[in-house]
Amino acid sequence: MANVAGTDRAPMMGDPSPEGRFGRFGGRFIPETLVPACQELEKAFRSAWGDPEFRSEFSSLLADYAGRPSPITEAGRMGEALGYRILLKREDLNHTGSHKINNVLGQALLAKRMGKTRLIAETGAGQHGVATATAAALFGMECIVYMGEVDIERQKLNVFRMNLLGAEVVPAMSGSRTLKDAVNEAMRDWVATVEDSYYCLGSAMGPHPYPWMVRTFHEVIGSEAREQCARLLDGGVPDVVTACVGGGSNAIGIFSGFADTDAELVGVEPAGGAAVGRRVPGVVHGSKSFLMQDEVGQVLEAESISAGLDYPGVGPEHAHLADIGRARYEPVTDDEVVEAFQFMSKLEGIIPALEPAHALAWMMRAREELAGKTVLLNLSGRGDKDVAQMQKVLSGE
Amino acid sequence: MSDEIGAFEANLRKRRDAGGKVLVPYITGGLGDDWLETLRAVADAGADGIEIGIPFSDPVMDGPTIQEANDRALDHGATPAGILSAVKDADIGVPLAVMTYYNIAFRAGDVRFANDLAAAGVSAAILPDLPLEETDEWAAAADDAGIETVLLAAPTAPDERLPRICERSRGFVYGVGLLGITGVRDELAQSAMDIAGRLKAVTDKPVLVGVGVGTPAQAVQVSTVSDGVVVGSAIVNRMLAGDGPEGVAALVREFREALDSM
Repeated sequence: MANVAGTDRAPMMGDPSPEGRFGRFGGRFIPETLVPACQELEKAFRSAWGDPEFRSEFSSLLADYAGRPSPITEAGRMGEALGYRILLKREDLNHTGSHKINNVLGQALLAKRMGKTRLIAETGAGQHGVATATAAALFGMECIVYMGEVDIERQKLNVFRMNLLGAEVVPAMSGSRTLKDAVNEAMRDWVATVEDSYYCLGSAMGPHPYPWMVRTFHEVIGSEAREQCARLLDGGVPDVVTACVGGGSNAIGIFSGFADTDAELVGVEPAGGAAVGRRVPGVVHGSKSFLMQDEVGQVLEAESISAGLDYPGVGPEHAHLADIGRARYEPVTDDEVVEAFQFMSKLEGIIPALEPAHALAWMMRAREELAGKTVLLNLSGRGDKDVAQMQKVLSGE
Repeated sequence: MSDEIGAFEANLRKRRDAGGKVLVPYITGGLGDDWLETLRAVADAGADGIEIGIPFSDPVMDGPTIQEANDRALDHGATPAGILSAVKDADIGVPLAVMTYYNIAFRAGDVRFANDLAAAGVSAAILPDLPLEETDEWAAAADDAGIETVLLAAPTAPDERLPRICERSRGFVYGVGLLGITGVRDELAQSAMDIAGRLKAVTDKPVLVGVGVGTPAQAVQVSTVSDGVVVGSAIVNRMLAGDGPEGVAALVREFREALDSM
């Protein structure tokens, strides 16, 4: 076990600069039309987060509606097989099946406070879309979800769920027809409807204040895990905290609880979507971060078995954590992910979503490095949404 | 350099000072084999300046027409360097502005991209995802290279914001005509008239309105308040339809004649 470096929250993952910068990343690179909306949103978020009534309403929703706190499960059989201790933070047990609900409940509450009546969202695997549709139903708001045409095909069940919840799912037909293009369409919608619509962005990315605000709504993952680990580890923290990274919201949430400790932070990216791994800075979807792009700056299409990680960029705070060496980022292949998906299902009776299966895939590969340690894996979602796709993959279709 | 009037603005002022209305058509660089001839034909048809779009993979401010033009040009192998070198060797006869998204400039490096534009004989740059607060680094490089950075002003801006945008804008001030992305609309939005009026009240720089200005009648309507218009999707529609340089130029002439008849 690593030692806790200090009891105060270190400035390691503090507030961004007034311009929304984390180190050299972040900012607000958006059409002029949206600048006043982002400024208004920032002001509203600051005021809401400083308001005990908002905080208490948010906490109640997380507890009574989403089912928090999520437990930590000791994965004994996997630990025995791999030769180190494994703890799972069970975000898969939240209402709607993933961590996404934390952020969405926070943003929907904020939208209500701002008097907005329509939620816009983008979604990759559909988890954020389902979560947003859920919050819209709960608050009686209109909900439009943009989803890449390719992802709609991969995640039909989630499309049906969103429809059932009363949301309209609009296919994004441009470009690679995946998450990146769904973000483009959501931003185009918002440019036209900014007066009554609220853009409920699903990851810790986009223009300021989104990366900071989304992280803040997900900090509950890290703060719960910190306390739970302290109980389990005799006041200590895990040696390693790991999570998958697409845009990076679940990872930033759990990292926030351990950034000021000695725990090693490891983000795991799909090899075909390793924005941090390639270390090339760029600007798209509102912020400066690492970005997969060609030599002249055209954004490349990510390729991953997981629709939720099929994204060529990454949230700016991850770029910053990589830049300063506080977190490291490892790529895994689709084949490794397929193996990890089955491994956890068979050994723990937990079918993971393909996204967190990435983090497990890295853990399986790094077993020598991890021998004898304690590793906390953020199990960000459950695999129900992926079983139809995996059935095809495993039957060789 | 930055307080001097650049070539783009100078040409717009010339038209305005002579009592005319300014016409700045947009064409997508690298779209089709004859885009350079189209550029020349558009200049000859009475453009006061031309915006050349450098295609970007993720144009969030653009509607279906310019998205498709972007995709086609990229599929055809269009690159920033290719478009700039074609422009450099062409003698177009009117000042040129490049419109692209910031990552294209950022990837090359602000200074290098600004110098590349200047070397190609381009006068101005429009980067729709680089709002006032993020402009400093780019604008410093652009000012040094003699490139006029045109800023956009949108209907959502509070009154206090507009003078700051106008102050930093070079070439002209680009009034965004509506809440939404580029594309032809059936009617001119009231917001186009409003933003034109609000901008004219706070700046002497040329004020052009674009986004949602798709017909000669709409151009005339908004130019009763603004100094002129930017016309994009209507023109690119003609390029996509394969109308060729003459077909595109014919539309530009319609705009020119309508504005001249005011």
